[in-house]
Amino acid sequence: MSKLGVILSKEFRQIIRNPAIIRLIFIMPVIQLLVLPNAADYEIKNINLQVTDHDHSALSRRLIDNISATGYFRVIGYGSDRDLAMEAIEKDQADLILEIPHNFERDLIREESARLMLAVNAINGVKASLGGAYLNNLLRQFNGDIRTEWLQPDRLQKPFSITTTFTNWFNPGMNYKYFMVPGILVLLLTMVGMNLTAINIVREKEIGTIEQINVSPIKKHHFILGKLIPFWVLGLVVLTIGFLIARLVYGIVPLGAYWTIYVFAAVYLLVILGMGLLVSTFSATQQQAMLVSFFIMMIFILMGGLYTSIDSMPEWAKWITRINPVTYFIEVMRRVVLKGATLGDVTKEFAVIIGYAMLVNGLAILSYRKRS
Amino acid sequence: MKQFYNFVVKEFIHIMRDRRTLFILIGMPVVQILIFGFALTNEVKNSGFAVIDLSHDERSAQLIDELDASRYFELRGKFQSLESLEQSFRKGQVRIGIVIPPNFGKDMERPGGATLQFIADASDPNVANTLINYANAVVVDFEQNITGEKKMPFTIQTETRMLYNPQLQGAYNFVPGVMAMVLLLVCTMMTALTVVREKELGTMEVMLVSPLKPLKIIIAKAVPYLLLSMLNIASILLLSVFVLDVPINGSLTLLVGESILFILVALSLGLLISSSTASQQSAMFISLIGMFLPTVMLSGFMFPIENMPLPMQVVSNAVPAKWFYIIVRSVMIKGVGLKHVWKETLILIGMLIFFMTMAIKKFKVRLA
Repeated sequence: MSKLGVILSKEFRQIIRNPAIIRLIFIMPVIQLLVLPNAADYEIKNINLQVTDHDHSALSRRLIDNISATGYFRVIGYGSDRDLAMEAIEKDQADLILEIPHNFERDLIREESARLMLAVNAINGVKASLGGAYLNNLLRQFNGDIRTEWLQPDRLQKPFSITTTFTNWFNPGMNYKYFMVPGILVLLLTMVGMNLTAINIVREKEIGTIEQINVSPIKKHHFILGKLIPFWVLGLVVLTIGFLIARLVYGIVPLGAYWTIYVFAAVYLLVILGMGLLVSTFSATQQQAMLVSFFIMMIFILMGGLYTSIDSMPEWAKWITRINPVTYFIEVMRRVVLKGATLGDVTKEFAVIIGYAMLVNGLAILSYRKRS
Repeated sequence: MKQFYNFVVKEFIHIMRDRRTLFILIGMPVVQILIFGFALTNEVKNSGFAVIDLSHDERSAQLIDELDASRYFELRGKFQSLESLEQSFRKGQVRIGIVIPPNFGKDMERPGGATLQFIADASDPNVANTLINYANAVVVDFEQNITGEKKMPFTIQTETRMLYNPQLQGAYNFVPGVMAMVLLLVCTMMTALTVVREKELGTMEVMLVSPLKPLKIIIAKAVPYLLLSMLNIASILLLSVFVLDVPINGSLTLLVGESILFILVALSLGLLISSSTASQQSAMFISLIGMFLPTVMLSGFMFPIENMPLPMQVVSNAVPAKWFYIIVRSVMIKGVGLKHVWKETLILIGMLIFFMTMAIKKFKVRLA
């Protein structure tokens, strides 16, 4: 048996003989993939609206009826006490307060214009900006309806008018899961891969078994490859299970080819595993290795473009996303699964990730020392 | 008591001698708060857009300029056909396309008006929705600018006030979230690991034969991390006030007190994990891979909990970070007092008691 074969069989045996870890490697991602995508939904609905009505006119009541009829807003309170409304916001019961001032109806009829006040609980950015914008649109519509009713047709004609229509490509049903499931799969794969390798070499250091390897005739690159290949295989198995879940549970079938994703994933896993090994060779204890890999992972995952938009980040942060392998895989995953991209469409990302894999693994081989 | 004190000192020396770990433990929250506080935002801005301008007149050029000038959009391409737009979507260069039909400028003044078409890349439905909303708003503005000052009759004007966070800064949302996440994961992981490590290395045996009660040994292991975490709270709060401009509107004492309570929950969870696992690897797997994504997604700072389907809302109640996130947000940013967060506080206390009891129950005095 070749040297590599020997070390590979050792590593595989070590993994298989630890059923507790094997169980965790498979069960943890499966459960999370089954549960978490259901939580991710930015669609605005159930926005809690508190109404402070000082007017109590037919018009104000009609406005409120209009708002609650849309189904996006839940009118959770109605009254004419301003403090009560603020209290609802403080208690987190309300997201928006709509205040209708005294003489709202009268002003609109007599002076041809009236005011409304809208207060948004802006701690939560999504609900604030989307909910506020949505209510504003609704008010504009309401305004238009009133105008049509109250005016004779000739005064209604606006001098300029633009109608807008919109189409949603690639995901016409606006199903958030099509976007989330592949993304979460990438994150899970990354976490499992990086953590397993990060504590692997350092574990041998801590237990002392590394000495035996150091005195054996095994070459450095054999050692690193021997550590890399078993986890690489495990990673591809986890990915396959993930795709099965995506298909059977969520009904997600990639528009592009599976092999495009697998080719990319094969190289991507080398990057992630190599990073783990690199962390491992530099650490003295498993604790250190875990902390460092946790630190790197948290940045990679939160800045990977799945949770927040990269376009919105400041320039320096965009540079971090450019050295973040997670960004590339999520992007490629999204394009292949939803847009049917081919390998030709993702050549840039592919080139980057290949370069990355060579760099990281080269460093890992160089930094592993057989001498202590 | 003297023995207990000695054990605590021993643990401290352990931590202090491992300079690298100590450095990471203190430096990590600082770096993360800075990066995430500045970089993460739920807002969508500077999104790439492309136009297919079939009109090429003054009005269409004006409209494109206005879109480009708004903070939400950035012109990244002009195409002649839908095919090239699709190609650009596939390469990920733009998020929304705008089709301006022929004779746009002239049609605008005719009775039927002109029609614009937006094509959004809905692979991320959230961004697509938001961008269409924003694009509509820009078009409405554009229309009004051209219409000029001519007033429409019966106009309802809406004044919008953004409470607590007038500039819509992402940091207001992410600082409490990252604080909950970092404290929870670091504390849980570190305590879980230090106990399991002694098991793995065999030194647990030495400690178990010492005159100190096993329970106290375990608690002595957690004390240094409690103090370290308090240092972290201090650095996080200082950074958020002085660097990120996130104010502390409520009582500082209450905020620190709640944070300590939360750290205790995390520590006891770590102890529970450590007494139910045999290797550092399993402990790490459960405390990190098992808890990271659920904490990010179910604590409410990425995705509003009220939007989730009911079963998920129920599941989210089991995530300690959710309750702490609500508390920090309320005390720090809204500036409310204990009377608004007593329920959340009680839940955290309940979790603390539960984890502690479970940890003690599962803790084995004898090694297998």
